[in-house]
Amino acid sequence: MAFLEVKNIFKRFGKTEVLKGIDFSMEKGEVLAIIGSSGSGKTTLLRCLNFLESPDLGSIVLEGEELFNAEQKYSDREIREKRLHFGLVFQSFNLFPQYTVLKNVCLAPELMRIDQSEKKLSRAEKIQIRKEIEENARQILASVGLSDKLMNYPCELSGGQQQRVAIARALAMKPVILCFDEPTSALDPELTGEVLKVIRELKSSDRTMIIVTHEMGFARSAADKVIFMADGVIEEYGTPDEVFGNPKSEKTISFLEKSLENITG
Amino acid sequence: MSFLEVTAQLADGFLTTLMIFGITLVGALPLGLLITLGSMSKVKPIKWVFKTFVWIIRGTPLMLQIILVFFGPGLIFGAKALPRLVAVIIAFIINYACYFSEIYRGGIESIPKGQYEAGQVLGMTKTQIFFKVVLFQVIKRIVPPMGNEIITLVKDTSLARVIAVVELVKAAETIVALKSIIWPLFYVGAFYLLFSGILSVLLNLAEKKLNYYQG
Ligand SMILES: Nc1ncnc2c1ncn2[C@@H]1O[C@H](COP(=O)(O)OP(=O)(O)OP(=O)(O)O)[C@@H](O)[C@H]1O
Ligand SMILES: [Mg+2]
Repeated sequence: MAFLEVKNIFKRFGKTEVLKGIDFSMEKGEVLAIIGSSGSGKTTLLRCLNFLESPDLGSIVLEGEELFNAEQKYSDREIREKRLHFGLVFQSFNLFPQYTVLKNVCLAPELMRIDQSEKKLSRAEKIQIRKEIEENARQILASVGLSDKLMNYPCELSGGQQQRVAIARALAMKPVILCFDEPTSALDPELTGEVLKVIRELKSSDRTMIIVTHEMGFARSAADKVIFMADGVIEEYGTPDEVFGNPKSEKTISFLEKSLENITG
Repeated sequence: MSFLEVTAQLADGFLTTLMIFGITLVGALPLGLLITLGSMSKVKPIKWVFKTFVWIIRGTPLMLQIILVFFGPGLIFGAKALPRLVAVIIAFIINYACYFSEIYRGGIESIPKGQYEAGQVLGMTKTQIFFKVVLFQVIKRIVPPMGNEIITLVKDTSLARVIAVVELVKAAETIVALKSIIWPLFYVGAFYLLFSGILSVLLNLAEKKLNYYQG
């Protein structure tokens, strides 16, 4: 049995059918890149995995446990617990502007461990938990190269730095699978490198990741598996060498040709 | 009449004006929030009722509303009229709550969807997202337009005279008519200037404090 199994996901918005039966699975420690033209449903798929959208049909199974099945109804609380298995890094960062970098990373863990705590915590316990969370946040921020920006506000950072904070913020919740939705699309070209470097480092520490990206070179070199999506279905799936070196589907071939043209101008 | 004599005669007017201002604020700030919740309700009829109400209140003169609150209950239901000052304050609270509610709603709707979604994927509850992520950003955005409304309220208090509540302008006018002197009008004018000036300074300070980050 695979680590993550996504089975037969359908999703429509009104009349438009966006996902038309998505099936794939991935192993622990794997990096999966999802490529495809605009509007093919990549973002919608990630949003389904993170429970920001609820699929009309299909199921999601993680480590043998069925996290989601479209036939079932889930309470807000259940959804909240389930989505914590996944992290999501947005294209537009979505940092909290009123908080410092450090607070951006600490806020959600504090709310989860202190405010949502089942038992009543003593003051000393709260202080202890806060300390642990902050210590952990400092470590994560150091690992993405932001130790010197802890007390800065997001508006004082470059796009690349903001995106690295967003990655740290997601990591602080210890997700089992970290998802990225075009993490470098909103960045100036000279800033994409620092973000991709962080993602590569996460890969080398065996983190399981799903990355929607337009960076073909990055997908080819960093991913273990690649999915090419077109019109709401998985058109092609395989290792980077298979998908990029020896594509079988017409749509994949023409998409890859187009993105090559874009790169070479 | 001496300056002191005029001041003494105006004292009740000062007090009434300050009272209308203060009680309206205390009442309208939270009531506005309730109206916002209503007008953003997912239940269509509720939303529709609140939106229509706001539209009517904002689309008709406050003066008319004051008159209606004072005479309405008696003429329509044969009820005993409310004390004048109470009628004025009720009309003011309702009117300003509607204006505030629109500012609140604008502020809430101006927060990007991504802020809510970031909170959601980090496992926050709806309440936590509202209080820990969104609220502060809303406050930062609404302080300038709220400031404008609050300063308008200072001057609007003079509308109370329409049902013979002796607020500051009415009090001054009485002296002017009786004693044939004009300067009490300038005196109260200076008072309004000073009052709204102080408020402006305070509001500016608040704005500056909130401006420690952009966006
Ligand atoms: N909330 C929504 N309501 C209606 N239609 C939607 C919604 N979200 C997405 N869509 C539609 O679904 C389709 C797929 O959108 P999606 O964002 O998943 O594509 P994408 O592959 O991520 O594209 P891009 O590369 O441009 O980011 C589009 O046609 C889009 O207009
Ligand atoms: Mg997308």
